[in-house]
Amino acid sequence: MEQEIILQKESDKLSFLKPIASFLKSKFEKAKVLKSLKKTGITLVSILLFLGLWHLGSKALYNKEAAYKIEKALNEQGQEAADAEKACIASGDSSCQPNTLPSPTQVWASFQSLIADHKLINAKKEAFATKMAATNAKLVAQGKDAIVYTGRASFVDTILTSIKTVFAGFLLALLIAVPIGIIIGLSPSLRSAFNWFIQIFKPVSPVVWYLLVFMIVKTLYIGASSDNAFVISFISVGLCAMWATLVNTAMGVSSVDKDYINVAKVLKLGTFQKVFKVILPSSLPLIFTGLRITLSVAWMVLIAIELLAQSPGLGLFVWEEFQNGANDSNSKIIVAMFVIGIIGFLLDRLMLMVQQMVSFNKNEGI
Amino acid sequence: MAYLELKNVSKTYGQGKDSTEVISNINLKIEEGEFVAIVGFTGSGKTTLVNLINGLIKPTSGEVLFKGEPVVGTSHERGVIFQNYSLLPWLSVFQNVAMAVKEAFPKENKSEIKNRVESYVEMVGLTHAINKRPKELSGGMRQRVAVARALAMKPEMIIMDEPLGALDALTRGNLQDEILNIWNQDKRTALLITNDVDEGIYMADRIIPLKPGPNATLGPEFIIDIDRPRDKTELNDNASFMKTRNEIIAYLMAIGEDRKSVSEVEYLLPDLAPKSFVDTF
Repeated sequence: MEQEIILQKESDKLSFLKPIASFLKSKFEKAKVLKSLKKTGITLVSILLFLGLWHLGSKALYNKEAAYKIEKALNEQGQEAADAEKACIASGDSSCQPNTLPSPTQVWASFQSLIADHKLINAKKEAFATKMAATNAKLVAQGKDAIVYTGRASFVDTILTSIKTVFAGFLLALLIAVPIGIIIGLSPSLRSAFNWFIQIFKPVSPVVWYLLVFMIVKTLYIGASSDNAFVISFISVGLCAMWATLVNTAMGVSSVDKDYINVAKVLKLGTFQKVFKVILPSSLPLIFTGLRITLSVAWMVLIAIELLAQSPGLGLFVWEEFQNGANDSNSKIIVAMFVIGIIGFLLDRLMLMVQQMVSFNKNEGI
Repeated sequence: MAYLELKNVSKTYGQGKDSTEVISNINLKIEEGEFVAIVGFTGSGKTTLVNLINGLIKPTSGEVLFKGEPVVGTSHERGVIFQNYSLLPWLSVFQNVAMAVKEAFPKENKSEIKNRVESYVEMVGLTHAINKRPKELSGGMRQRVAVARALAMKPEMIIMDEPLGALDALTRGNLQDEILNIWNQDKRTALLITNDVDEGIYMADRIIPLKPGPNATLGPEFIIDIDRPRDKTELNDNASFMKTRNEIIAYLMAIGEDRKSVSEVEYLLPDLAPKSFVDTF
C-alpha cells in the first residue's frame, strides 16, 4: 500500500515535470533552429554583399572605360564622334561596349547562353548521329572506323574533358607516388637515395613539367594519327601533383607507431604480412591526406596545362575566350572561374569524405 | 633447470659517454607453472625487463634463457600483454584476435580459426562486441581483447607488462580474477610486471621488487603463501597478507628514500631530440 502511494507520488512528480521538460525541449530545438537559420542567414548576407560589391566595382570600371572611350573619340575625331560614341554605348550596342570586368547579371546571362549553346550542340550531335547511323553501320561492317561528330565542343563538354583529365592525372599520381612512397618509406637508405630527387623536382612549375612531358610524348607519338593533347595534359598533371602523396606516403610508412611494430614482432608476422596488415593500414590516414592535396593541386595546375597542351578542357576554354575578345568573352571567363572553383571544392569534399572514412585516432587502440 | 632464467642480464641504452645502464645484473629464475610478480616504481626499467624476456630487445651483457635455450627474437611460446593494449584500431575485435591466431596456427583452416577466435573472445566476455572496433570499446574491454589476443596463441608463458595499470579499480579487480582463472585452467607460467603491491600479492606466488633505475636490479624476493583461490574481501584480515604487504611496502619505501638522496647527484642526460621529419623532406 505504502509503495503504491510512493509510486503515485513519483508519477505525480513526473507529470508535473512533463510540461517543463517539453517546454525546455521545444526551447532547445528552437535555439537549434535559430542557430542554423542564423548561420544560413549570415552566408546569404555575405553572398549578397559580395554580389553587391562586385556589381558596384564592375559598374565603376565600366564607367571609367566608357568615359575614356568618349574622351578618346572627342580628342581624335571631335564633338560629333564623341556624341555618337556616347549614344552607341547608351544604346547597349555590342560594337562599342566597354570591355572590362563583367557585372553579375552579365555573367549570369553568359552562363545561360552557354547552357543554351550546349543544348544546341547536343541537338546537332544527335541529328548527326541519326543521319550517319546507316553509313556508320556499313563502315563498321566493312571493318572501318565509324565517322564521329567533330564539331565545336560545348561548355559542358569542356568541363567533362577537364574532369576526365584530372582523374586520369590523379590516378597516374596515385599509381606512381603510393608504391614509391611505400618503398622509400620502408628503407632509410632508399629514402636518402631519393631525397635529392624529391627535393629538386617537387618545386618545379607545372609549365616546365608540361614542356618535359611534351618533349617525350611528342617523340613517342611520331607517325600516330591520334591526338596526344589529352595524354600530354594528364601526364603533366599527374607529375605535378604527385609529390604531396609521395612525401606523405613515405612519411606515414616510416613513422608507424612503435607499439604496432612491437605487436607485429610479438605475433611474428612475416614481412609481407607486416607491410600489408600493419604498416599500410596505419599509414592510410597520411596517405589519404597526401592524395587529397594531390587532387586539389591537380585541379589547380590543370587549367594552365590544358591551355598549353591545347586539350579541349576548361583551361583552353578560358584562353580561347580571352583571345577571342568578343563582347561576352569576359563574362564567359568569369563563368568558367566559378565552375572551376565549385568543382575544385566538390573534389576536395569528396576526398575529405574518403579521408575521414579511413582515418582513425592513434589513441583508439591504446 | 629453471623454465625461464636471467643470468647477469644488463641493458645499456646509448653509446660511450651518453650511455645509460637501465638495468644491471638481473638474476631471475622462474619455474614452470609459477606466477611471479615484479613490483617497481614507474620508470624503474620494468618495460625494458619485459622486452628482454619477450625477445623484443637483446641484453647488452648476460643471458636470457627460456627452457634452457637463449632467447633470440620473439616467439609464440611467450605471449605478451602490453601496457597500452596495442590493438590495431583499424581491425575489429575478431580481426585483432584472428591475426594472432592465424600466425600461431598457420595450418588451421578458416572455420577452425573462427572457432578458436570466438572461444577466446567468449572467454573474456566480449562475444557481444566481437565485430566492434577498438574505438567503440571501453578501456577495460580493450584490455580484455589484448588478453584474448595473447592467450589465443596458446603461449606456454604469459608476460604481462602492467596490463591493468590504466584501468579503474573495479574493472581492474574483475580482470585480475579473470586472468587468474585463465592461468589456473591450464597452469601456464606467468610473469606479471606491476606497480601495485596489492595486485602482486593477490595474484602471484612470489613477488620480487625491482630497485629503480638507472642500474635497476632485483631486490630480495617475498614468497606469498596464501592458499588459492584467494578471496579479495578476506585478504585484508589475513595476517600473512598484512605482514607481507607491510614488508614489501617498507622495502620499497626504503629504496625510494635511497633513490631520493641519490638523485641529488646530477645526472648527465643524453642529448636527445624528438625525431624530426622537417629535414627529411
